[in-house]
Parts: sequence; structure tokens; C-alpha cells
Amino acid sequence: MILFRQALRFTSRLPFICGRCRTYSAQVGSVERVISAFRSVSGDEGVSVGSAVREQHGRDESVHICRPPDVVVFPRSVEEVSALAKICHHHQLPMIPFGTGTGLEGGVGALKGGVCFSLRKMEQVLDLHQEDFDVTVEPGVTRKGLNSYLRDTGLWFPVDPGADASLCGMAATSASGTNAVRYGTMRENVLNLEVVLADGTVLHTAGKGRRPRKTSAGYNLTNLFVGSEGTLGIITKATLRLYGIPESMVSAVCSFPSVQSAVDSTVQILQAGVSIARIEFLDDVMINACNRFNNLSYAVTPTLFLEFHGSSKSMQEQVSITEEITRDNGGSDFAWAEDEETRGRLWKARHDAWYAALALRPGCKAYSTDVCVPISRLPQIIVETKEDLIRNNITGPIAGHVGDGNFHCLIVLDPNDPDEVQRVHSFTERLARYFYLIQAFIDNDRHRGSSVWLWKQAQIIKVLPAVSHYG
Amino acid sequence: MLPLRFRRVTMSARVLVGVKRVIDYAVKIRVKPDRTGVVTDGVKHSMNPFCEIAVEEAVKLKEKKLVKEVVAVSCGPQQVQETIRTALAMGADRGIHVEVSGKDYETLGPLQVSKIFAALAKKEQADLIILGKQAIDDDCNQTGQMTAALLDWPQGTFASEVTLEADKLKVVREIDGGLETIKIKLPAVVTADLRLNTPRYATLPNIMKAKKKKIVNVKPADLGVDVSSRLEVLKVDEPPQRQSGVKVETVHDLVEKLKEAGRI
Repeated sequence: MILFRQALRFTSRLPFICGRCRTYSAQVGSVERVISAFRSVSGDEGVSVGSAVREQHGRDESVHICRPPDVVVFPRSVEEVSALAKICHHHQLPMIPFGTGTGLEGGVGALKGGVCFSLRKMEQVLDLHQEDFDVTVEPGVTRKGLNSYLRDTGLWFPVDPGADASLCGMAATSASGTNAVRYGTMRENVLNLEVVLADGTVLHTAGKGRRPRKTSAGYNLTNLFVGSEGTLGIITKATLRLYGIPESMVSAVCSFPSVQSAVDSTVQILQAGVSIARIEFLDDVMINACNRFNNLSYAVTPTLFLEFHGSSKSMQEQVSITEEITRDNGGSDFAWAEDEETRGRLWKARHDAWYAALALRPGCKAYSTDVCVPISRLPQIIVETKEDLIRNNITGPIAGHVGDGNFHCLIVLDPNDPDEVQRVHSFTERLARYFYLIQAFIDNDRHRGSSVWLWKQAQIIKVLPAVSHYG
Repeated sequence: MLPLRFRRVTMSARVLVGVKRVIDYAVKIRVKPDRTGVVTDGVKHSMNPFCEIAVEEAVKLKEKKLVKEVVAVSCGPQQVQETIRTALAMGADRGIHVEVSGKDYETLGPLQVSKIFAALAKKEQADLIILGKQAIDDDCNQTGQMTAALLDWPQGTFASEVTLEADKLKVVREIDGGLETIKIKLPAVVTADLRLNTPRYATLPNIMKAKKKKIVNVKPADLGVDVSSRLEVLKVDEPPQRQSGVKVETVHDLVEKLKEAGRI
């Protein structure tokens, strides 16, 4: 419980919504001294102190206020990253790695000022091994960029957190997303990382140039860095596991009379061994928002969106097994499609969920919670969360990756209404506390950062003393 | 034997699709130091995006059983076989590689390619030619139109929708003013625009199957085509670097600066 109270202390200092950019100038004096050193490494174009550039690198796509760094550097190679890191280390300057800035948790905010390492100039796809199903990428390569590069090879990288994010950024935040139920998250799909540590040392977590599909040798350093949120080093290369593009993809939608029946269907579909790739849940509030946003007419009840990947011969059978399961659980309006256009139309509601939620209250911002629970507890938790939202008059449509027991509450709020901000703040605290008590986990298929840090802190504080004893 | 234009198109229709190997759209283009062209060595190449759309449309027609056979054609050196294989993996039935290499390949342009396509259309007794509207390296947007002219076939260019109705083709074209719908008789030439379809990715099983499909090698001379060019590239330059702007303090300064620059 002591850890829990410590965690709450971090909450109260959480830089919640304000809407204006503040410049942190705590260490400007020391930063100015080192700027010429930075320029000697990255050239004049590789260093920027312009306020627009700094503000751009101080925010992501979350609702958190902009925390601009004091200077932004644009290294072009791991050697430059290492040299710049050595300078920062010498002058005790905080370093913030920046990929695409598409995170939803405020992870790139320079809370104590410092140097932002914008890695977008390092954008090569290196070392594609088609027969070994792996590829190495630099931080400037995004998920869609890689899949476009691979399109002629019949391979793809399926981890899809929604945004077109930097793959190394996805590794740093252990992104997951809609395809996790079949293909896993970043934790399962990163084979090796090249990381520049705080003192400039370049570390290869699985050995230089190595790309083993499995290993029992040594400490699993790769998975120490996956999910470390840029706190342990700057990732400059990631070796990723690739998969064959499925021969056939089929999408389906089904409405249910209750959350329980939707989740029961999910469990039975997983148990039946159906080759499900995505299984997404939208509650009635979310479906209503999607109907209004996209001019659709789905029944306003809990709904499942499913996607199957496999061979074209087996698709028909998979779909009919699933239809039977949903019908047995009271599901209705089961619709499915194989061709890309109709599939796109069926799934449009799910794809536009974020914007549909925002459109419920134009002019407001959206804040997403992200929790992972055992699937069996999901119906109870969703029902109780909805009751809490209604009691506190909070707009919070729910969308979730039910196959993993993961759901998001897309809270739409007016950042200029202090009372509403406080109600949302209390709600998220209650949510987190409740999950801590039922031993759930704050997940991070979005790019995590300050909002989730308090929980990470609580867990790490427990572990660190034990580790440092050996270190 | 009836002239080509009067033949009734039935289920035995054959479609020729042109696929061009170009530098991949995501690559940053660099001009060679001698300014004779762009750097192509060691640079990622792939199928021209509009050609991908053309292949997808042809394969869709075959899946709807409106045409019998899709033949992918590419002109160039040995490497274009990769591009033809990609078309085969997307669903084309066989490929034709028209061998053009060295200096001839460097100067190969729409006029020579359209002559090759016209000759192949006659040889293969094609009923429909689908090409991308333009290639992303030269942006010529001429090959489809020239091919139609050489064959004296009707053309549906910038197609965003194609519907086959017996022996006629309804083509919705993207034009500046909006959309224009035309009906043309087969045989015809169609050039694919961006919104015609979303090309499928080649899956591994299909790439495996494509290895077994046939690619035939042909020389331009066999088709009676002279590939020498009447054009000479004088130089290739990068676009001018963007100059940085200047901030001025007052409106008066702004007006003075504009006068100095001869703008007002």
C-alpha cells in the first residue's frame, strides 16, 4: 500500500490539461554552452532551437500540454546519436527520443527540459531476410512505410496500434493494437535492438547482427528495452519478426443484446480455434457516435467487429462457425465480406472510432484510458465503468480489443472546464485504483508516457532495489 | 477473318497489361553528379503504382469471369522480370518480357513502347489493353494514348471506373471538371487512374505459384519495332533549393523589400 500511496503522489503532480504551451527554461544556461558541441556533431541543420520546432517536438497526439525541450537535434546515424548522448551525459542534460510523435500518452514531453533527439533522418530499411522472415529498421521507418516496402515480397509486419508510428517508437512503448490477438504485441515480435545508452555506449541487446527467432542464452535484454518508454536508452535499430500476408481476409460485424453476450461469444470463438486476427468491441455509446459520424445505421447495442486471416478455402467454414457461436449467444445482424471495399465499409465504424468520439462534442479533446484485464472479468468491469461514467456525467464511449481483455475509455472532455477536468481526473484515479486492486494491468498499446508512468514507477520501485543489489 | 474492331468479345477475351519497373515511390531521388540522369544503382525499384492499379483491374475482370486471360508485359533489361513476376503473383496468367537494354533502355520512351504494345496486341489478338495513366519517373502520360492511335482503337483514359457490358466498355474518367462517363467499343485501350481500385498485396502462396507461370522473351526487332529514340536528354537538375524567408519589422519595410525585388 506504501507503493500505492507513492503512486498517487505522482498522480497529483500529473501535468493535466491546460491547453497552452509552457517553455521550460530551467537549464537554458547549460544548454547554450553545449549547442556548439551539438553543431559540431550534427551540423547546423542538425540542431534547432527555434520555438516552433521545439514546440512541435514537445507534444504528441494526446491531450497533455506541450512540454517543449530546450533544443532539438536531428542525428543521421548511430555514431552521431552516441556522440550527442556523450555530450548530454557530460553536461547532465535529460534526453528525450522522438520518433513520429503519434503517441497518446504524453511520452515525448520534456518535463524537465533537455535535449530532444528527433530520429526522423535515420529512415533506412536495412537487412531484409525474406526466407528468415526478419528485417532491421531505423527509427525513421514507420509501420506503413515498412509494409509498403515489403509489399512485393508477400511479407508484412502485422502489429497495428492505429497510428502510422515509428517502429522503434512502437518497440520503446511495447505497442500492441488490433492484431495482437493473433500476432502478438511488440514484445513478441522484436528480435534484437541497437540502443544508445545514456553515456553514449552502443548496445546490441541480442548481440550485434544477430536475429535468432528464439534463444535461451543470457538475460532477455531485448525485452527489458521493449516498453521502457525511452527511459533506458535511445533505440537506433530494431530487428523485427515478419509474417506472410494472409491469402484471404474476411471481416464481419455482429450486434449483441449485452456486454456479457459479446464477451461470451469472444471467449467461445477463441476456444473454437477459429483463425481470428482482430476481435474488437464497441459499446452502445460508441456505436451511436459512429452511426452519427459516418451516417451508418448499426443497432445501438454492444457490437463485435471481427477479422479472420487464413486460406481462402477455410474462410467459409471459419465464418459459419463464428456465426453459429454468435447466434447461440443472442447475437444478430451478422454481416461479413471478403472483398477489400466492402470490408473497408464494414470496419469503417471501428477505424473512425476516435474521431467519432471527438465529434460527439465538437471543440473538446479526447483522453483515452487503456486497461488490460482477464477476459472473464471484462463484462463486470465494463458495466461498472459505464455506471461510474453515467454517475459522474462523463462522455466516455468504450472500444476494446476483447481478444486480449483490453479496453479503452475514450473520454471526451472540455479542457477549459475545471470541474469536468477534475471529474475525469477522479474517474481515471478510481479506474486505476480499482484495477490495481483486482490485479489488472495498465496496458500500453498506445504509446505510453506520463499518464501511465505512475504505475510503472510503482512496479519498478519494487524491483529496482533487488536488481541494484546485483548490479 | 474479320478485322479486329468488328470481332465480338466473348468470354475468350484477352487483356494485355503493361507494367513498368520504376524507382520505388518512397525513395528520395538523387541527381547524378554528371547531371545526365538520376541515381538508379542500388536504389529500390518496384512496379509503377498506376501499373499496379492496371493489373488489379485486369485480375478483377478475370475473377468476375468477364475476360479469359491476363498477360503482363514489360519492356527493359533482365530486372524487369521481377516486375512481371509481381504481376503474375497478383493474378496475371503469363508474362511477356520485351528485351531492351543498355543505351536503348536509357532512351526508351512512350513512342517506342506504344509501337511495341501495338505490335503485341495484334500478335496476341488482345481485346483490351490496360495501362497505368503515367509512370512516376517520367510522368509522360502518353503511352496509352499513342497505343490507341497506332491501333486505331478507342481509348478510355484516367479511368476511375470500368464496366464491361457485352462488347462495350463504360468508362468513368476523372477530368478537371469532375467525372465524364463514356462508352467505347472493344477492342480498346484504358489507362488507370488512382481511384480505379486498391491493388492487392502479393501473398506468399501466390508468389510461389507465380514462379511456375511462363514468361516469354521477345526482342523489339521480332515485332518489327525500331527502338531508337528521336529525343536526347540534355541535362537533369534538381529543383531549386528553397530559400529561407526574411522577417521584417514594419509594413513600410515590407513594401520597400517588395519594391527592391521588383514585385511591385
